[in-house]
Amino acid sequence: MTSPATDRATDAPRVRRFTPRAVLLNVALLIGLAASIGPLVWMVLSSVKPEGEIRQFPPTLIPDQVTWANYTELFATLSFPRYFLNSVVVALFVTVGSVLFSAMVGYALAKLDFPGKRMLFALVMGTLMVPGMVTFVPLFVLVANLDLINTYAALILPFLAAPFGVFLMRQFMLDVPDELLDAARVDGAGEFRTFFRIVLPQARPALATLGILTFLGSWNNFLWPLVAVQSADRYTLPVALALYSTGQNTVQYGLLVAGATVIVLPILIVFLVLQRHIVQGISTTGLK
Amino acid sequence: MRRSSARRRRTGLTAWGFALPFTALFAVFMLLPVVSSLYMAFTDMRGADLRTTWAVNFVGFDNFVEVLADPKFQQAAGNTIYFVGVAMPLTLGIALLLAVLLNSGLVWFRSVFRVGFYAPVVTSIVAVAVVWRFLLQPDFGLVNSALGVVGIDGPRWLTDEAWAMPSLIVMATWRNVGYLMVILLAGLQGIPRDVYEASAIDGAGPVRQFRSITVPLLRPTLLFCAVITGIGYLQFFEEPFVMTQGGPLGATNSVAYEIFNQFGFGNYGLSAAMSYVLFVAIVILSYLQFRLLRTEK
Repeated sequence: MTSPATDRATDAPRVRRFTPRAVLLNVALLIGLAASIGPLVWMVLSSVKPEGEIRQFPPTLIPDQVTWANYTELFATLSFPRYFLNSVVVALFVTVGSVLFSAMVGYALAKLDFPGKRMLFALVMGTLMVPGMVTFVPLFVLVANLDLINTYAALILPFLAAPFGVFLMRQFMLDVPDELLDAARVDGAGEFRTFFRIVLPQARPALATLGILTFLGSWNNFLWPLVAVQSADRYTLPVALALYSTGQNTVQYGLLVAGATVIVLPILIVFLVLQRHIVQGISTTGLK
Repeated sequence: MRRSSARRRRTGLTAWGFALPFTALFAVFMLLPVVSSLYMAFTDMRGADLRTTWAVNFVGFDNFVEVLADPKFQQAAGNTIYFVGVAMPLTLGIALLLAVLLNSGLVWFRSVFRVGFYAPVVTSIVAVAVVWRFLLQPDFGLVNSALGVVGIDGPRWLTDEAWAMPSLIVMATWRNVGYLMVILLAGLQGIPRDVYEASAIDGAGPVRQFRSITVPLLRPTLLFCAVITGIGYLQFFEEPFVMTQGGPLGATNSVAYEIFNQFGFGNYGLSAAMSYVLFVAIVILSYLQFRLLRTEK
């Protein structure tokens, strides 16, 4: 019964105050907010303007004339359905695979004993900070020799071994109580059964956080898909948009912002729905 | 005794069952490339050697000598230092300011601001780079139109040697501020309120509190933010790729972009050597940040 009172006590300084200082501060932050989301709002609004209106001076904020022509061209003429599908397939496989594998090895590293465990953990930690920029050339040579260029496998497999995911999962699994595992084992459950029935459900928050981060990373990934894929039917959305925007064709801004919207808007909507999860996940993983 | 060693062997096997899928992929797609990039950096491997990677010549440090003496690489390195040197403090500073303001208790709709400032973080760099190219378009872009209203004749941002890099810096800052802000906000919430209250009783004003309480107690979080941002910014690539193609006259060419270009020309050995130079730069920067920001014992 004391909790509502203490809640109010800690929240007290956050009660809306209309002092001049507070008004000034909030107005300043509102301007900052406009700068932060303005470009994204502008992107969405411009994507439904005809090219003529886009090139008009001074620019219009709200479209005078709403047209779907940019989207029609993207989806009917420019194979964007294909690129969208490629992005979705790759992101889903990468997310499910890497989260599952990370959870499995994270569990083994945290709760089980096996020869080579310390060595494996050291290697994972050692590669945690190795950036994609350092490995993409030899990775390309490897993938070419495995005859995987232009395949989904090339886009997916390298991302199933994510040191960051392993690190995160191990940290989380360390906190799973041993008593819980022992109880399952006493009841005669095998290690795999224990893992799937007891450990994974316990780890749901960590799995969700890692899953969201992995999906985002894959959806927005650019360098590796650009390198690993040369035929258009395997392009992911960012590769298609980047190559189209830097190609020889005359720049059609309406088409470009519509393409950008196709990449950004679904993620933005998911973000708004899951924002509590994402922001909390970021703050906790960031601090570990 | 025998029972327990048999049991240990059995759990060892099951444990490897858990570890195997990751470990196999990790060995092939991470460890092998890391090791072979070191090998490649010391050979004259080119695109034509793709299928015969062992039939190349060992050239010692030639690649590294060539890279470091190459004026294009030197320019790219200078640009990268410029980008990191300006964008990193700028991003950290704005993120810290926003986090402190949002944590001050005077803000009306805190979660709206938090979501709004974080939104750019989830966007694809390629997509927002396209959008910013449009915003910065000199004749009908939003930025120059707005400047025109107040009588300023805006520059040709992305094709002007002096303005191209600042444009990319502003865009990168815009996109990354929210990430650091959220992490710093979590760090700030970990500082007990009574520390501030006690110092207020002792007569400390907000500036004094910020310098004597917030910054020291936030050091580990600031360090994390600085390292993560430094690693990310040292590899900046998508922004020049989409917005300027490294131009005008190489003014926005980055080390990462140069690595990509040399790879495109088929100079694999050279490209691998460059990525090692970049990697060493990342390690040095992270080390310096640790020295600068670590908590004194």
